[in-house]
Amino acid sequence: MYSTKYIKPNSTSEALEAIKSMGEGKFLAGGMTLIPTLKQRLASPDGLVDISGCDLDSISDEGDAIKIGAMTKHASVAESGLVNKAIPALAKLADGIGDRQVRNRGTLGGSVANNDPSACYPSAVLALKAIVHTNTRSIEADEFFTGMFETALEENEIIEAISFSKPTRANYVKFPNPASRYAMVGVFVAQFNDGVRVAVTGAGEGGVFRHAEMEAALSSNYNADALSALEISSEGLISDLHASPEYRANLIKEMTKRAVA
Amino acid sequence: MGEISLKLNGKLETRDVADNTLLVDFIREHIGLTGTHVGCDTSQCGACVIHLDGVSVKACTMLAKQAEGSEIVTIEGLADGDELHPMQQAFHENHGLQCGFCTPGMVMSAIEMVTKNKNISEDEIRKGLEGNICRCTGYHNIVQSVKAGAAKMGG
Repeated sequence: MYSTKYIKPNSTSEALEAIKSMGEGKFLAGGMTLIPTLKQRLASPDGLVDISGCDLDSISDEGDAIKIGAMTKHASVAESGLVNKAIPALAKLADGIGDRQVRNRGTLGGSVANNDPSACYPSAVLALKAIVHTNTRSIEADEFFTGMFETALEENEIIEAISFSKPTRANYVKFPNPASRYAMVGVFVAQFNDGVRVAVTGAGEGGVFRHAEMEAALSSNYNADALSALEISSEGLISDLHASPEYRANLIKEMTKRAVA
Repeated sequence: MGEISLKLNGKLETRDVADNTLLVDFIREHIGLTGTHVGCDTSQCGACVIHLDGVSVKACTMLAKQAEGSEIVTIEGLADGDELHPMQQAFHENHGLQCGFCTPGMVMSAIEMVTKNKNISEDEIRKGLEGNICRCTGYHNIVQSVKAGAAKMGG
């Protein structure tokens, strides 16, 4: 790892001051992606601003939504009574991220800000009509993810919390890569009074995306049979050593069927 | 550089470390406890698993500075003198290792999952060990060891 500076402020306003004092600083959340990236010398920030002391790790019931602080760890979401009661699919998703040690350190905000195309959380944000609250504004999920590893976050903008709308029912099913546990395809399906939302992760060249055809099919009939006649296009899907676009297209349909079964 | 203080196996340790020092290097090089291993150094293998404030973490994927003020337990902190921790004893009795390189991490992960779930099932043990890789035994005896350790720990 290149030499770097480490600072741990006690509030988001101090964190912003700290990062502005650096030439090119990075916010450090759980570090499950950033630390390995630094170790491989794929990034060389002047400094790291650890935001784990900024009091961003609470979970609260907001009536029609569950609000989760950005620094809440995956293990805390998985074990949360509030989340398990209101949105069990979200707790299930958190319980399947990485491995036990990743879940003990990795955070919601870190995962969502990074927007890894194979990460699980972005699919929940998109399917559950989430609102991403930052230090300056609130961003709707449909506006947040702008491409692979790209989001609407501006420079020096910190995610403070994310509000997930409570669905009438929901499920998350992924086909994990056997080695990394990252989703080769993950599908989050959420039913609301005004329709069904289907978000797909692990598959799109542009990162997480909603699947309009499956949303329409499931909105009229929330059943695996409703998907049987659908042709899932492989256009724009990732091709890598793990799977071809066609294979991923098939997995999208299969995971969605399992999610609503 | 800067000073950090933390509790390691019950003892307060204060050292000057560089900001980019990894926690595992702090434990092995600065403190001199080499039971915590570095296998892959890429967060995959779990040979470096320790307990940080009661939960298992990979010490190769944290900066020492992130552990400021925390309580750490390593494999060296488990035994009571010559008396092994029940989980260590279970690995011994069930031949839960061959070369032993992954064992410290396995034992640390096992203790955390059993502490949180006294009546742990075989499926839960296998899921709980996803972050620990063994290249010798094929896991059968390791899973048996964790089961036996859970029973000894009061499961």
